[in-house]
Amino acid sequence: MTTSQANNPLGPGYDNVAGSVKRFRDVFRDTLRAEMIRDEDVFLMGEDISGGFDRDTKEPLDAWGGPFAATKGLVQEFGPERIRDAPISEAGFVGAAIGSALTGLRPVVDLMYFDFVTVAFDQLLSNAAKSRYMFGGQTRVPLTLFARSGAGTGHAAQHSESFYSMLAHIPGLKVVVPSDPYSVKGLLAAAIRDDDPVFLVNDKKLINLDGFVPDEDYVIELGKGRYLRRGSDVTLVGMSYTSVACQKAADQLAEIGVDAEVIDMMSLSPFDEDILIESVQKTNNVVIVDEDTPRASMASEFAAVIADKAFDHLDGPIKRVTAPHAPVPYNRDLENAFMPQPEDVVGTVKNLLGRE
Amino acid sequence: MDISKEKLEWIYTTMYRIRRFEETMLEQTFKGNSMGVTHPSDGQEAPPTGICAHLTDKDWIGSTHRGHGHCIAKGLDTSAMMAEIMGKATGQCGGKGGSMHIADFSKGMLGANAIVGASIPLAVGAALTAKYKGIENESVGVSFFGDGASSQGVLHESMNLAAVWKLPVIFACENNGYAEATPAWYAVSTDDIASRAEGYGMPGVVVDGMDVFAVYDAAGEAIARARAGEGPTFLELKTYRYHGHFHADDTKKYRKPDEEEFYQQKDPLKHFEKTVTKQKLMTAKKLKSIRDDIEQEMLDAVEFGLNSPMPDASSLYEDVYVNYSNPIPGLR
Ligand SMILES: Cc1ncc(C[n+]2csc(CCOP(=O)(O)OP(=O)(O)O)c2C)c(N)n1
Ligand SMILES: [Mg+2]
Repeated sequence: MTTSQANNPLGPGYDNVAGSVKRFRDVFRDTLRAEMIRDEDVFLMGEDISGGFDRDTKEPLDAWGGPFAATKGLVQEFGPERIRDAPISEAGFVGAAIGSALTGLRPVVDLMYFDFVTVAFDQLLSNAAKSRYMFGGQTRVPLTLFARSGAGTGHAAQHSESFYSMLAHIPGLKVVVPSDPYSVKGLLAAAIRDDDPVFLVNDKKLINLDGFVPDEDYVIELGKGRYLRRGSDVTLVGMSYTSVACQKAADQLAEIGVDAEVIDMMSLSPFDEDILIESVQKTNNVVIVDEDTPRASMASEFAAVIADKAFDHLDGPIKRVTAPHAPVPYNRDLENAFMPQPEDVVGTVKNLLGRE
Repeated sequence: MDISKEKLEWIYTTMYRIRRFEETMLEQTFKGNSMGVTHPSDGQEAPPTGICAHLTDKDWIGSTHRGHGHCIAKGLDTSAMMAEIMGKATGQCGGKGGSMHIADFSKGMLGANAIVGASIPLAVGAALTAKYKGIENESVGVSFFGDGASSQGVLHESMNLAAVWKLPVIFACENNGYAEATPAWYAVSTDDIASRAEGYGMPGVVVDGMDVFAVYDAAGEAIARARAGEGPTFLELKTYRYHGHFHADDTKKYRKPDEEEFYQQKDPLKHFEKTVTKQKLMTAKKLKSIRDDIEQEMLDAVEFGLNSPMPDASSLYEDVYVNYSNPIPGLR
């Protein structure tokens, strides 16, 4: 199969690239595996990634295939030294990962749910992000972390966060947010090969989605966005799962004659200012869609850059469609109202363009 | 046996209520009536029951993701709990918390907590309040947590704090042998987690957590110490969860049948029934009438939950702050 036959995640202009349709979860694991084969210094750690051990033989059981089955089969292939099961000690093992990165290894940490990053936050902020700078460039921290974010699964307030903006706020840390199988392959490989600490935030709602993935080995340059759809009336800016919501909104808008352009940011720090400005210069209208809470958020940051650098091209206010300034509720209806839905994006665009 | 008849009846009622609540809650989950993930605690009835038997509404407990048993032992209403799991407005937290966040501050229940280890210092703080107000004799803090949580730094900080400040706290470690699929023998560096208490200068006691009488006795001593101003105690309650880590987890992938049978033999309810009937402390008839009442209570709880309304849409924005209402709704 090639990109011209498949829905093309590479965006307009990339035709006849060979690949196949795969599930996000499988691509994630295959990419981890490929990077571990590529470089012997790459190893993984996290809670339950061996899925228990046989009481008698002490062999790993891989009962769950790791959290969200992201590491299924890897412990059999690489052994418990390189697929290192960690006790529930996030501050300790993230700190140890940083220490191993400072001394020559390339650790990859599965933090399970994104919310748990706060238990290890001091290590990330004070050690991972600052070591290179405060030690005058003597060292590098080739650390990769990943975790699952997002509401929509009934996990309530402490297992549903999307506060990637808190990480993007930290100088020295890089933050990426895949939105489909294509982007997770390229971003995860790039993160592991990068010499700075990179956090890959993976919305749970993506894990069982399918999408086209090129066969070839590739990385997506950190800090680059992409066009998922070209249009001339309004720019919809998505990140992580909201890129999927933006595409659905663009389909609905097409039915009422609104031609929306969809940008998927893919990287939050550094991020692609050029693509934002280029698109707004053309469409003159922009709606930014973010599941994070709105204060001091990526949506606010993108809006600030657009206001600063493309002000003269705007026909109307920069609109943001975000979660409310609230924790994630448990009740399903409230949770659905918490998340930006395609219908919310459509409504905002209609208001912005004065259509009814 | 040094337990009053009323207390024995309370213990049996509480353990059976926990057992049947978990089974009923799972049935409802599989029928699609729960709105999220649930972590059943059947098999682990003895620790919350044997400990909370010594507590009143003025004492405080902290709990975990596996918190239904703690809630019930602390006297929470099973209808309001079931409604919470079903995400209803009548739920214990108005449908906004769910199974992993059931709390009742009127009953001294500081909340179930889904961040492993995070509730431990809250019980220490409740004990600090008691000491500050000079009411240790009537208000102690009990922190429930698992073998997995014992690896969190916050437990170790909390133990040292409680010992340094001589606070009326009980660290109640429910060691059920597993954290998700990971066995405690892999993730914990010592056979008895209670042995760590010595390093923090407090008594550490290993207790058979399938035997509610053993739990009752050990907890009684620890709580008496706390009330007398003698500081914290660490209890390790060796117990077992009958079901999976969460509702859809299959234990066969990581536990062996002989192990599951071993603990079924030690079933806390059967052990209680055998002991009290043999010693003629309670009649089989009384035990049955308690069970019948609980069966009805469970039917009522399910009906209450199913027939309750959904929360108002506006509640999404409420209670983010006390006095700063609806600061910014979702920007749309
Ligand atoms: C900080 C944090 N890390 C990881 C998790 C995921 N998690 C939820 S329950 C659990 C196992 C807890 O084991 P234990 O403390 O023994 O309690 P049990 O489930 O056996 O009752 C894990 C790892 C979490 N909720 N919070
Ligand atoms: Mg456990």
